[in-house]
This record gives sequence, structure tokens and C-alpha cells, in this order.
Amino acid sequence: MGIFDFLRARNTSTATVARERLRIIVAQERSQRGAPDYLPLLRRELLEVIRKYVSVEQDAVDIHVERDGEHDVLELSVALPDRSAPAHVA
Amino acid sequence: MTEFIVVTSGKGGVGKTTTSASIAVGLARRGKKVAVIDFDIGLRNLDLIMGCERRVVYDFVNVIHGECTLKQALIKDKRIDTLHVLAASQTRDKDALTKEGVEKVLNELRDEGFDYVICDSPAGIERGAFLAMYFADRAVVVVNPEVSSVRDSDRILGLLASKTRRAELGAAPVETHLLLTRYNPVRVADGEMMSIDDVKDILGLDVLGVVPESEGVLSASNSGVPVILDDEASAGQAYEDAVARLLGEQRPMRFLDVPKKGFLARMFGG
Repeated sequence: MGIFDFLRARNTSTATVARERLRIIVAQERSQRGAPDYLPLLRRELLEVIRKYVSVEQDAVDIHVERDGEHDVLELSVALPDRSAPAHVA
Repeated sequence: MTEFIVVTSGKGGVGKTTTSASIAVGLARRGKKVAVIDFDIGLRNLDLIMGCERRVVYDFVNVIHGECTLKQALIKDKRIDTLHVLAASQTRDKDALTKEGVEKVLNELRDEGFDYVICDSPAGIERGAFLAMYFADRAVVVVNPEVSSVRDSDRILGLLASKTRRAELGAAPVETHLLLTRYNPVRVADGEMMSIDDVKDILGLDVLGVVPESEGVLSASNSGVPVILDDEASAGQAYEDAVARLLGEQRPMRFLDVPKKGFLARMFGG
């Protein structure tokens, strides 16, 4: 630390920001690992079908496979828009 | 027993070839019989780093296609008797490498009594990278303390756990090691670069070695002398430590601390 260090602006450490961002994305990607390859495509096609009827956000469809004892369960959730928001059917 | 070691990373430009060359030299210097293979078909570079680019006559793909013998294609290192280089082909044919072809070459190296075969993986997760890791017993995952490199490494760790022969056979998993390169202790101390502990934590793996950012690496590649042969360079010494650890030796990590500054530098924060 030099005596003129106060002249340099001290920001939050960017290394800390990097670490936190990586923790989240790596955990998320690990949880998707080993899931069937068709999931992303299935998700996209489902989104297209839903959008024919309801105007939902790009990330409205959440899909993943859970292991439940002997069999796999495909979990699917769709977030519909707010009731207050005007619904536009594409 | 021949051990197949893949040097991989996912991301490009993190130091895979530099690492492959130095690990190969480090092992061969200890009297081990070593072959180092460039899997980067179409973008041959290991020969330059090893300093044997003008002696490439036949390459990896020639051997696979039976256009020459393995012996003809292996380039014997001029510095160390027990070290051999197998160059990548410069073909643009992406399908030049086949699983059967690679297996044939690796089996032949095993039958020839090689102790170690270092597979220098291309960047990415395409065929070359897949085949470089497929037959591996161990993996050295080269990572820079930087977001995209760390994320890609994690992806590679996932592939090592699922897409290798060991995984398919249900054998013992590929033994994986992290090797941090381009490490800058000053920037880590300033909070501008993730530390060794950060990377270890995120990826959940132990670190085989930390190679500091060093001028020695560029001058080594400029002159075609693997940096481990430069005893003066901190990077060379760090690679030497990593090779020792690869062989099971315990060595403390060096080059993690900020170099001590002189009086003036401390006063003025230079």
C-alpha cells in the first residue's frame, strides 16, 4: 500500500463478483448435467405452442427431469402473465 | 503400464499446448518413455512449441490411415532421448480422426512400452477434443482464473465423467487435476483476479499446480524450447513442481505471493 493509494478509486473487488457469478452458473449447469439431450428442444417447442394461445415470456417454461425412486419424472411449469397485464394472442 | 494423460480445457488459448510440452519434457527428463500427441487436426502447433516443426514428415492421420508406420511418424526429441512427438495433420478433413484409428495408435504406443502418452487436446468439445479425452486414465484440466475459462473447465469435467471409455465401461473414473495458468499474484492481491482457493472452491477439485504469468512462456515458445527447460523462469519451475506432484511427490505451492517491493515502490505504490 503506497501513501498515494487513496488517489485510486476503490471498487468492490471484481474477483469477488466473478466468484459469485460462477458459483451460481456452475451449480445451475451441473444440475442440468445428465438430463436427456432433447430437453432444450422440447422446452423450445412447448414454448412455441403455448405462445400460440398465451403471450408468455421467453423464460416462462421451466422443464427438468427428477429422479423419483425407480422412474424419472418430467416436471414442467409454465408461468402465465399477470392477470392485470393485457393478454395478446400472437 | 502405460498411462494416458489428456491435457484439456474447453476454452482456447489457456495454455494446453504449453502445458502438454512441459509435462512431457518433465516426465521424460526423469527417464520415463514419453510420447506427446497433438490432437488439434488442421491447427498443428505442438511441433512449434517443442521446436521440431521442420522435422515433421509424417503425422498422426498418416499413421491412422496406414500411410506410414508409427515409428516413422514419431519425432525423437533432440534434447531428451526418451521423448517423442506425434504431430497433428494439417488436413481440413474434420473426420480424419476416428475412434478406432486413435485406439489403434494408442495401443501400439502401449505395446512399444511407453510409460506416458500425453494427449494435447484442441479447444472446444468437438471430435478432436472428445477423442483426446476418450481413452484417458488421467486428465490435466488447464484453467485461467477468469470466468469463461472456469465455466468451460466445469463443462469439460462433466464430459470427463460421462463421455470417456472409463465412464462407459463403468471403470474407475478418470483421475482429474486442475492446473492454473496465467496466475498473477499481484492482481489476486488487488482483488482483480480470482485466487487459487476461489477456483478450487467453484470447481471442487484439487490443484496440481499454479503457473504464474511469466515472460518466460512467450520466449520459450518463440524459441521452441518448452518452458520447463528454462530454470530461470518462474513458469518453468512451477511446471517442474507440477510434474513432481503428478508423480505423487508432495511439494508446497510457490509463486502465490506478491513479490516483495522495494522501499520506493512501497512509498509510491508502484
